[in-house]
Amino acid sequence: MGTTVKIAIAGEGGQGVQALADILAEAANDEGKEALYIPNFGIEQRGGVSLAFVQIATEPIGSPKFRHGDIVIALSERAISRTRQYITEDTLLVYDSSLVAPPEVDDEAIGLQTYDSVAPEAMAGAVSEQPKPGKVRLTRRAGRVVGIPATDTARQELHPRVFNMIVLGAAVRAAGMVKMEAIKKALESRFKSKFAGNPGLRELNYRALQRGVELVEAALAREEVRH
Amino acid sequence: MSDRLAMPKSWHVESKPHKFCPGCGHGLILKVLGEVIDELDIQEKLVFGCDIGCSLLAWDFFDADTVQTHHGRTTPVMVGIKRANPELLCIAYMGDGGGYAIGAQHLVNAAFRNERIMVLLVNNTNYGMTGGQMAPTTLPGQKTETSPFGRDPEETGYPAQGPEMVAAVVPPGAYVARATCANMKQMKRFMKKAVENQVAGRGFSFLEVLSTCPTNWRTSARQTWEFLEKEMAGYFKTGEFTTPGDRREK
Amino acid sequence: MQRTLPFSENRVFVTGNEAVAWAALAAGADIMFGYPITPQNEIMHYWTRLAPAYGKKFLQTEDELSAGFTTIGGVLAGRKAFSATAGPGTVLFQEPVTMAEMMRIPMVVIIQQRGGPSTATVIYSQQEVNLAAFGGNGEGWRVVYSTANHQELYDYTIKAFNVAWTYRFPVFVLGDGYQAKMRESLVMYDPASRGMELAPAEAVVGKPGRPGSSRPAVHLRNAFSVEEELYESIMPGEEEFRSMARRVVEHDEEGTRGAELVIISHGVVSRAAVAAIKRLKEKGIKAGYFRPVTIRPFPEEALQRAVALCPRLLVVESALGQLARLVKEALFNRPVESFDTIFRPGVGITAEELVEAVIKIRQGGTTCV
Repeated sequence: MGTTVKIAIAGEGGQGVQALADILAEAANDEGKEALYIPNFGIEQRGGVSLAFVQIATEPIGSPKFRHGDIVIALSERAISRTRQYITEDTLLVYDSSLVAPPEVDDEAIGLQTYDSVAPEAMAGAVSEQPKPGKVRLTRRAGRVVGIPATDTARQELHPRVFNMIVLGAAVRAAGMVKMEAIKKALESRFKSKFAGNPGLRELNYRALQRGVELVEAALAREEVRH
Repeated sequence: MSDRLAMPKSWHVESKPHKFCPGCGHGLILKVLGEVIDELDIQEKLVFGCDIGCSLLAWDFFDADTVQTHHGRTTPVMVGIKRANPELLCIAYMGDGGGYAIGAQHLVNAAFRNERIMVLLVNNTNYGMTGGQMAPTTLPGQKTETSPFGRDPEETGYPAQGPEMVAAVVPPGAYVARATCANMKQMKRFMKKAVENQVAGRGFSFLEVLSTCPTNWRTSARQTWEFLEKEMAGYFKTGEFTTPGDRREK
Repeated sequence: MQRTLPFSENRVFVTGNEAVAWAALAAGADIMFGYPITPQNEIMHYWTRLAPAYGKKFLQTEDELSAGFTTIGGVLAGRKAFSATAGPGTVLFQEPVTMAEMMRIPMVVIIQQRGGPSTATVIYSQQEVNLAAFGGNGEGWRVVYSTANHQELYDYTIKAFNVAWTYRFPVFVLGDGYQAKMRESLVMYDPASRGMELAPAEAVVGKPGRPGSSRPAVHLRNAFSVEEELYESIMPGEEEFRSMARRVVEHDEEGTRGAELVIISHGVVSRAAVAAIKRLKEKGIKAGYFRPVTIRPFPEEALQRAVALCPRLLVVESALGQLARLVKEALFNRPVESFDTIFRPGVGITAEELVEAVIKIRQGGTTCV
């Protein structure tokens, strides 16, 4: 039996969500995996959350979009809200902890997903309740929630521009389906001329990828300890 | 046969006598076009496209490759042929409804793009084939089946000035003129220049010809010519139009 | 100019729209006429970038009517012309396509379905089945290939040109917004390197010789004066369409033999169906899948055979019964109770949903909307 990993990535415009989803899928394809990337496109408008769907598999891929993600990567507070519907108990939620306070998993709210058993008025009341400032409430409990300080790490240790490379590194580690060498190859073909003009850039991107991997590993380790 | 001698060589003899009503201007216009085709010897390269409306009756009029298209769509079909094979000479033949109403967007955009085709548009102030409805070119006060009390400009505007509109939007190299069945010599001169403009590949060529429709006008022979020479001539000025390109050149 | 394809076999990871542009090139297309509409725009974007290097042409027209009629003009002049459209554009395309049907003009149009009715969404749907198969004032003399993945987009775009120019009927490749915009892998190839022959294009007008003397003039018409004249003109066309239909009709099926339920779907939804029957098999449930590849002509006989012994059918589509109507017509003698349906106009359908639905049906429930 084959495996399929479904990844939803969401963030603000300009965070490079589509590019990193694209590179991830392309690298998986280069490795000989089945891969599919589809942006969530619509009527062009500014200010929306950018959402991308990636699937990596060892068997033919079914429908391009999916109901639930194995991995959901949310890069802003709004992105967490936007991706709620893709999160289940089996989901690994990765979020940028430098931008938002940890998402609050509220057991009361979790009950709401079973529509049959909740009286409509109770639902209406719960829905109208505003989330606490700085907190993002998940209506579904993610299996594992890991925060990585991607923005802070990029700013303090590397360069703000390589923020999405840190996230890409995190995604690669979380997905566990793609070798870092394939990612580097995909970056090489995409940024060939830029890397040629400034070899330091290549190093910087590689370091960012590596930091992403480390951040997820550290966060997962903390998760382990907690459980 | 003596009447064969009177026919342009490019006419398709088997389809004559033609299918237009007695007193209709189409026959005159197609005769002039036939003479121009002969004189410029373009029969081999010509693709003639006819619109739906009375123009559709010309589908086998010439010994030239002819495509009958849809109402208003002759311009894009000819554009497609010309773009695919620029060696060919394409003439789109249509009425005022086809050119100024249902196919107006095609006419305007072919003019914008300076398509190297010719549009030959017959203006008889009504929709003839469908039984005499009001057209964009119907004169104020003129009675038609859909303006039974006469066209009221307050409600439906004034007659469309086609060549004036085309002349205003074409780039340099285009040729734009209006002729009339009442002046065959002038019509032939303009027709020839319009065709030559395409042969030279200079730009879009547009010729409107004022024509007659005694069947739907419900006019006698005398009244028909009076309407053409007096009423229509009052609204539609014949002549060659200065295009923006000409002005720039001056 | 006129360079050949830069590859004989090439595994790539691209969007569906890019795959279509390359396939048109591989099929020997000469000129594209198009009007912008999402989600097909990138077909034009790629074509306009490829065109100069390969001696190809492009014209952006004033609307889809013009795109369709200029395409017809290009074909009459002897070139392989094509276009691409979606949604409201597919509506406007019906007019030129009926002219192509009547005058037996080969024509290829890629449709990337979006939501409807009206402007709706630019994203995805399967609501253009009716239009693609039977739009226009005529008898639906067109071939409609509904593709499910990028490999098929490439294969069937090439096939569309060959079928159009072999049988002289218009051909639609019916994709959708998902297929247009997503990236996945496929193998692009030069048809020649696989021994495939491309049907030649031939000029209808402007052939050598002087019309009326060295050759007869070509007089093409679509308007007739009397009823009988039209009838006489249509019936041979219908005969030719039917005889072509037997040769071009295509379907795909899996696990239908001995199945307790068969999922019937088309296009991108079939991917979910294939994945679903696999998962159901793991759960010990014997479900099959049937998919018309040609929506028109519809593989009626194959469907009848595939489901003859199967007690339950589940028709699944991202529309409110456009495929189901064709299925029910093909299976007109089946009891209504044996049909279940999942209709989701404008949204995707996943394998998980199908698995859940099949389990529910087995427990005596129904999914009918």
